[in-house]
Amino acid sequence: MALLASSGCVWQQGALQPRGPKALAIAELGSLFFWVALLVLALMVVAAVWAFARGARRADLSEPGPFVPSEATERHLTRAVGASTLVAVLLLALLLVTSVATGRNLADFAPPKPLRVKVTAHQWWWQIEYPGDKPDDTAVTANELHVPAGRPIELELKSVDVIHSFWLPNLDGKHDLIPSRVVKTIIQADDLGTYSGRCAEFCGYQHAHMDLVLVAETPTDFEAWLATQRQHAVEPATPTTQHGKELVEQGPCALCHSISGTRARGGVGPDLSHFASHRTLAAGAAPLSSASLHDWLKDPQQLKPGTQMPAIALSPGDLDAMTAYLETLR
Amino acid sequence: MINRAGVGFALVLCQLSLGCEREDRPFSRITPIRPDTPLDPAGMPLAAGAHHTSHNAFSVSQGQQLFEWFNCSGCHGGGGGGHIGPALTDAEWRYGSSPEEIHWSIANGRPNGMPAFKGLISDDQIWQLSAYVLALNGRAPADVAPGRPDSISVGEPPVMHDEQKPKPEKVNQ
Repeated sequence: MALLASSGCVWQQGALQPRGPKALAIAELGSLFFWVALLVLALMVVAAVWAFARGARRADLSEPGPFVPSEATERHLTRAVGASTLVAVLLLALLLVTSVATGRNLADFAPPKPLRVKVTAHQWWWQIEYPGDKPDDTAVTANELHVPAGRPIELELKSVDVIHSFWLPNLDGKHDLIPSRVVKTIIQADDLGTYSGRCAEFCGYQHAHMDLVLVAETPTDFEAWLATQRQHAVEPATPTTQHGKELVEQGPCALCHSISGTRARGGVGPDLSHFASHRTLAAGAAPLSSASLHDWLKDPQQLKPGTQMPAIALSPGDLDAMTAYLETLR
Repeated sequence: MINRAGVGFALVLCQLSLGCEREDRPFSRITPIRPDTPLDPAGMPLAAGAHHTSHNAFSVSQGQQLFEWFNCSGCHGGGGGGHIGPALTDAEWRYGSSPEEIHWSIANGRPNGMPAFKGLISDDQIWQLSAYVLALNGRAPADVAPGRPDSISVGEPPVMHDEQKPKPEKVNQ
């Protein structure tokens, strides 16, 4: 798998397919719990079946009056219950010890020199920020994280409106994001490819369409991607795309969105500077294509009802120009 | 003899039907932003949105969010208490205190610095802001105004003011 190109594999989303050290620890603990629980269930079923089968053959039951167990029976019962209790306590102690140890290991996971990324949860999208050494070098994007595979990533997570939860099942557990609290955690993606995640705490009407994509690539590819993200948005080259840019700068779009290098500097909605390089539209509401973008601009409520983005009544020509311009923002 | 189950059922039905307006989320009826909206002949917007948004809890809370997003608090102060722009929580109104007049102020701007948002934000959003301004002024219905603030810390929500009778304010031009 590691021999495939960096944008090759799309990993199936799931906590049972761990692809990072933290998710592996969690999956192993889960596996232990599962087998212990299955063992206990098997023992219980066997004991119940045996008790029913044996009980039916007891001659004592045919005698009238209350059932009084003999001394031998009492001793047997005491030993059996005592042994079962001891086994139960030992199994529970095993689960407790391994659980605490795993929790410790997850909390202590702090490899040196992590890459710092800031993730902010909004209703219903993710703002991703790569702080640079200088403020000019900060790259801002939305809904898609790129990281070098095998390198620890220090995430600084927060929410600006309601409680969300950051969840990349293949890499780590859920991190609940309560407004006014900052969560710091380190994750690591070991395999190259595309991982998907989602919001895991009900956060409103479109909680189900708040997907996250993490792309783990080779260090070279990652540096190239980051360099592109730091650059200003592509300048439009044709009259159509220039008209589209004017519409974006002078119309309602600029009130909420920002496109670096243009006069659109809104801070409310996702940054669109490199919008066309994303894989999905509106945090997973639809795959990104000409048609879906056109439909989205025409009426966002059709694709994602309840989204904060209002529709704009544009003439078909203006709508095409805006779509064309946004498609150039790679 | 009144059937107790029937009365109970009727009460539940009443409650459900009365509660609908408060929680209605009109996503399918949202009007698009029209960059070239003309004013109607009298210069006043249609009153259709006024009642619905000021009696709708979702509109008031959306208005609260938009108040921050579009930087209304930048001039009118956090919670509308007044800063370089006039306070929205007091009883003095320079340009009218009705929902329609507030809508007009937001859409078309006013002298001395209030920008015009018509064509830049949608009409529904202007009605939502207007509903929130009414709530800041203490004039939201009791079942619509939020009962607690959004922050974790204990405190009063920004809209829990006593209702004051609006009165016009003279402006020295």
